[in-house]
Amino acid sequence: MERKILLNNIAVPGIRTFEVFRSTGGYLSVEKALKEMTPDEVVEEVKMSGLRGRGGAGFPAGMKWSFIDKKSGNPRYLICNADESEPGTFKDRYLMEKIPHLLIEGMICSCYALGANTGYIYVRGEYKYIIGILNEALRETYAAGFLGTNILGTGYNLDIIVHSGAGAYICGEETALIESLEGKRGNPRIKPPFPAVVGLYGCPTVVNNVETLANIGYIVNNGGNEYAQYGVGKSTGTKLISACGNINHPGVYEIEFGLTVREFLFDEKYCGGIKDGRKLKAVIAGGSSVPILPGELILKTAAGEERLMTYESLAEGGFVSGTMLGSGGFIVFDEDACIVRNTWNLARFYHHESCGQCSPCREGTGWMESVLHRIENGQGRSKDIDLLVSIASKIEGNTICPLGDAAAWPIASAIRHFRHEFEEHIQNPEQCSLHRMEEFENLKI
Amino acid sequence: MLDKKINHPLHVKENSKISFSEATLAKAKQIIARYPAGREKSALLPLLHIAQEEFEGYLSADVMDYVASLLNIQPIEVYEVATFYSQYYLEKVGKNVIEICRTGPCAICGGEAIQAYLEKKLAIKTGETTPDGLFTLKAVECLGACGSAPVMQINTEFYEFLTKEKIDSILADLTLKAKEDKPEKSLWKEKFF
Ligand SMILES: Cc1cc2nc3c(=O)[nH]c(=O)nc-3n(C[C@H](O)[C@H](O)[C@H](O)COP(=O)(O)O)c2cc1C
Ligand code: SF4
Ligand code: FES
Repeated sequence: MERKILLNNIAVPGIRTFEVFRSTGGYLSVEKALKEMTPDEVVEEVKMSGLRGRGGAGFPAGMKWSFIDKKSGNPRYLICNADESEPGTFKDRYLMEKIPHLLIEGMICSCYALGANTGYIYVRGEYKYIIGILNEALRETYAAGFLGTNILGTGYNLDIIVHSGAGAYICGEETALIESLEGKRGNPRIKPPFPAVVGLYGCPTVVNNVETLANIGYIVNNGGNEYAQYGVGKSTGTKLISACGNINHPGVYEIEFGLTVREFLFDEKYCGGIKDGRKLKAVIAGGSSVPILPGELILKTAAGEERLMTYESLAEGGFVSGTMLGSGGFIVFDEDACIVRNTWNLARFYHHESCGQCSPCREGTGWMESVLHRIENGQGRSKDIDLLVSIASKIEGNTICPLGDAAAWPIASAIRHFRHEFEEHIQNPEQCSLHRMEEFENLKI
Repeated sequence: MLDKKINHPLHVKENSKISFSEATLAKAKQIIARYPAGREKSALLPLLHIAQEEFEGYLSADVMDYVASLLNIQPIEVYEVATFYSQYYLEKVGKNVIEICRTGPCAICGGEAIQAYLEKKLAIKTGETTPDGLFTLKAVECLGACGSAPVMQINTEFYEFLTKEKIDSILADLTLKAKEDKPEKSLWKEKFF
């Protein structure tokens, strides 16, 4: 399974420039959409493709587009979510750095389909050099007449604007992103109303991930049915997986849905196995927010079937023995990794990134961080494990935005699958060599 | 984000002398013009990045008030944003701000060891600035470069696959540049807008 959609031309020298990108068939989809298709026909093809949002939730893109309110008469907006801050995820950065025109091409077709005359790319503030790359690519696209007024003589007008964030994970959440783009704190809004009805500046808005939009050019060129030939079942197409942690070849890989997790993890073409010949301990398969699974359960489902890289297969077993594809941030832990320390680390992350609007999230993430911190530092109490489970369950489902769930799941799942490690830390703290800072000096560097 | 406190009185100084250079002001106006009429406040985040770069690397109350005046909004609207986002600094920082990633994927690849080594090498704790004003060390969350862990960012540059040896040479290099008064800082407003 070697078929690719996004990264076929990634190695072509100069592919970052408009000229080279164009020579590989770039922007043909814009000509086709604008000259030969109605906006609704584009939406229809995207629906048929089965393309699901690549930002984490996996919501069908065509369906989301069909919710956009066309009756209000207000301007409509498309926002590309390039906030990419989910720990373990670095695929959008790769795409924008290496082949920025793929995103711009997809955005033009998408804006046309939605009837939007302005598109924004919200880039996390840390990716400053990416902002430079995107602006350069946009300059070229304007110069070539694929952006601006009366594009290709069709009468369609479109501006795309790059906007910088300033360091806040929560701004990846679509309504927080909209607030931030309006120049405010990134506090998520209560839904409904959904952005498709009341979004940016109170107008109908679609927010899509970078990778989602990068697929649109292919779908317009080849049709939704052709796209749906890739992958298996409801996981159509390909997915960029960013692999990191204790593996031999960390990096970004485009895989066709349906590859086995085993092949992805151990084949030389992909992760190339665990570093330094160590054993596999655990994997977080879809960015830090999804449940962690022990090695056995990531390779095979509880029913004993080989697990596949698809939305469905990774979720097999629900939260009891499964996980989620999420953003495609694939984090691998070897046998020496300390699950307790990592869980504390992630709890600190969510506490730091909570916007503070809802009490369960604001207070709960703080409590989870401090309880985990004391366990990791050898001051854990025997009731702490149940206390953590209880806090996590009180956050989950009780907050304005899914960050609360995202903070609860990693902790609940770590305890579910690695309870013994937490117990050992509480009973015999000296056994974990990791929790004394001085010893880090000699670890793995 | 919540642990960030604004440490100066919220006041608007009369006759504050602060203003952008002519070139920066032109750039600022260009940025503001990108957003629809009546939605100029959208330019706040980009403008704060530029202001921070123009005025010694951090946002003083006067600077924030100045940005408010450019956008015709209340100073409080700027303060609440400046205190929310971790890339805005409310206190003076060193010439080079080292932001070491402390999040899970980097941590399991030796990120904590690199942070400890940086503290030792610079003889400061995370959050502090060296007495010569050359370096501020900050710990940040995932920089979106986990495939090259451990990672840090200095000003706008990413430094990846860090080792002790790399840290030694990066710090030596930046120290030398600072002595020659060639700051490494890539300028936001020139390169990125
Ligand atoms: C806390 C939080 C952080 C998120 N961060 C991102 C992000 O960095 N990038 C992204 O594309 N989606 C992120 N999302 C998902 C977005 O809210 C939204 O679902 C997505 O951008 C929609 O695009 P898609 O349908 O193309 O996936 C995040 C969601 C939450 C709750
Ligand atoms: S769940 Fe957390 S991050 Fe989301 S709105 Fe509530 S406090 Fe903010
Ligand atoms: S965890 Fe360090 S860059 Fe992602």
